[in-house]
Amino acid sequence: MTSSRRWEGLLFVGPFLLLYGVILVFPLFRGAWLSLHRVALFGPGHFVGFENYARLAGDPIFQQSLINTFLVTLMIVPPLTVIALTLALALNRAGRGATMLRGVFFSSAVLSVTIVTLIWRFVLAPDAGALGELWQALGWEPLPFLSDPNLVLPALALTTIWWSLGLPMLLFLAGLQQIPREMYEAAALDGASRWTTFVRITLPALRRTTILVIMLQTAAQLQLFGQSQLLTAGGPSGASRTAVLFLFESAFGRWELGYASAAAEVLFMIILAVTLAQYWATGPGAEGERGFRR
Amino acid sequence: MTLDLKSVRKAFGATPVLDGVTLTIQSREFIAFLGPSGSGKSTLLRIIAGLETADAGEVVLDGRRIDTLAPGDRGVAMVFQHYALYPHMTVRENLAFGLKNARVPRKEIDTLVDDAARVLEIDPLLERKPDQLSGGQRQRVAIGRAIVKRPQLFLLDEPLSNLDAALRLRTRVELARLRQRVDASMIMVTHDQAEAMTLADRIVVFNDRRIQQVATPMEIYNRPANTFVARFVGSPAMTIAPATFANGGEYASVRLGDGTVVQTRVPREGLPEGALQLGLRPEHIRLEPTGVGGTKAVVDLVERLGERSIVYARLKDGLLVTGETDGLTNIKVGDEVGLSIDGDRAHLFGPDGTGYHREGA
Repeated sequence: MTSSRRWEGLLFVGPFLLLYGVILVFPLFRGAWLSLHRVALFGPGHFVGFENYARLAGDPIFQQSLINTFLVTLMIVPPLTVIALTLALALNRAGRGATMLRGVFFSSAVLSVTIVTLIWRFVLAPDAGALGELWQALGWEPLPFLSDPNLVLPALALTTIWWSLGLPMLLFLAGLQQIPREMYEAAALDGASRWTTFVRITLPALRRTTILVIMLQTAAQLQLFGQSQLLTAGGPSGASRTAVLFLFESAFGRWELGYASAAAEVLFMIILAVTLAQYWATGPGAEGERGFRR
Repeated sequence: MTLDLKSVRKAFGATPVLDGVTLTIQSREFIAFLGPSGSGKSTLLRIIAGLETADAGEVVLDGRRIDTLAPGDRGVAMVFQHYALYPHMTVRENLAFGLKNARVPRKEIDTLVDDAARVLEIDPLLERKPDQLSGGQRQRVAIGRAIVKRPQLFLLDEPLSNLDAALRLRTRVELARLRQRVDASMIMVTHDQAEAMTLADRIVVFNDRRIQQVATPMEIYNRPANTFVARFVGSPAMTIAPATFANGGEYASVRLGDGTVVQTRVPREGLPEGALQLGLRPEHIRLEPTGVGGTKAVVDLVERLGERSIVYARLKDGLLVTGETDGLTNIKVGDEVGLSIDGDRAHLFGPDGTGYHREGA
């Protein structure tokens, strides 16, 4: 290949590389650079070394926000994975009904976080919300989901699960459709019960999809922000403040860009570490896991 | 062990695929379902296996009606066309899966799996996964998975179609050996007549939703029930030409379009009136050694196979016939040759396609 042809090839990926550089690579390094400075939103800053990081290490609000983030992620990812898989199994069939329900369950994913939180505010409000009415109909005291520090994270998780169900369900559906029908026919002739077929045929075949869903959702939920900001503004008394909400408040509430950048770098490293740990823990795919051959 | 199919009917939506199929398969018999794609042969196999349900009719195995049972409870095992090995299980787990589901004691499973593996020479592969095996090895694992279940009936769905030519011949021999070893009946679906002819005790020829003929390979070849069977079995295909009665006599004598008269050994009595067709296998149309005499024809194409040559030639009236000559022939396209037709071995077909053959074999 001549060098001029290589140069022309670059034109094709050029627009993408430009965007990628401007909105991903540059901010990444700029953020790292900023985190080493004390800098306000306007005006020049000055270099402070690792002072911002040292401050973060001793900041109880930041630590609380990290704990909240981990807790809410733990509350979201496992149930979300199980529910999405269950829905995919139930809806993995032809027919008008299943097609419609697939659309219904995916529809929440197209809503913006503003709409989602608006809807769930109606559901969760203790005095007039749908859950409150339900509780009252059952003769119980309505639960103050959004003002009880012990209930606010589960409420946030519930909202997020409802909102995020579509993509994992779709991924599982795609995974299910990769499994050749012959595999199930062979299992039927081998006298496998429905449960055995699920555990020995379906689940192993969905291994990669499941890992993908868990990794994507973990990385996404560690950055949970909009729901917490819009539903409770991090309250009551910081009980639902997530890490991204913390850095948003630092940057655009207290105008401490350097400090917020340091928090962002810490969060970035945590997400990277968690994702890599998941990747290593599940292995790069042992022999025999390369999928089905025809 | 006998398998009885009673008036099995099946349609996919508005498309009928099987039209009242009735068939009995004897104990330890090797049956080939032979037919072109879409003839319904695979569907019938899947109905026996329980992977499809018949719209009407019964499947009875050894006096027990099985078409109402789950596939795993029928006492049948199937070797799938694409093997359908479980990709995330080792070969050993693949073989043991059905036995585990049947709650066979662990020790017995190990014995059965080890025995099957030894017989099929896959014992060094037991701890491997399917994607570490070659095509032929996978095929043998698939057969092993069927053997360990000790079924009363083996179902083989195009077992050789995925293999290359050399491996296909070897596996064909292996299937023949397998057949000697197991105390079960076997049904093999195939569209390859050589497989059917070499392996089967009886061949069931399917076409157009129906069984066309059930007979031994030699009978299928020598006494085809109709023009479809005559054309489908035998390679190259039988020449089938329009003909008219030439004269009376105990045996029918017919005249081809170019005037050639062929004296057959088909009894005149019982033959229908009306348009006839004469059927001649390539080996019964020979080139005159001297190149003169007999029926005049012009060579259209010569296929040299080594031990013999296939000659496609046109008669004076334009009819294309397929004949044979020895492998050393030096005839070429465009040559005028003389053909000698062995009327003793000729077949006749009535207006509805029904075959009439010489007496005896």
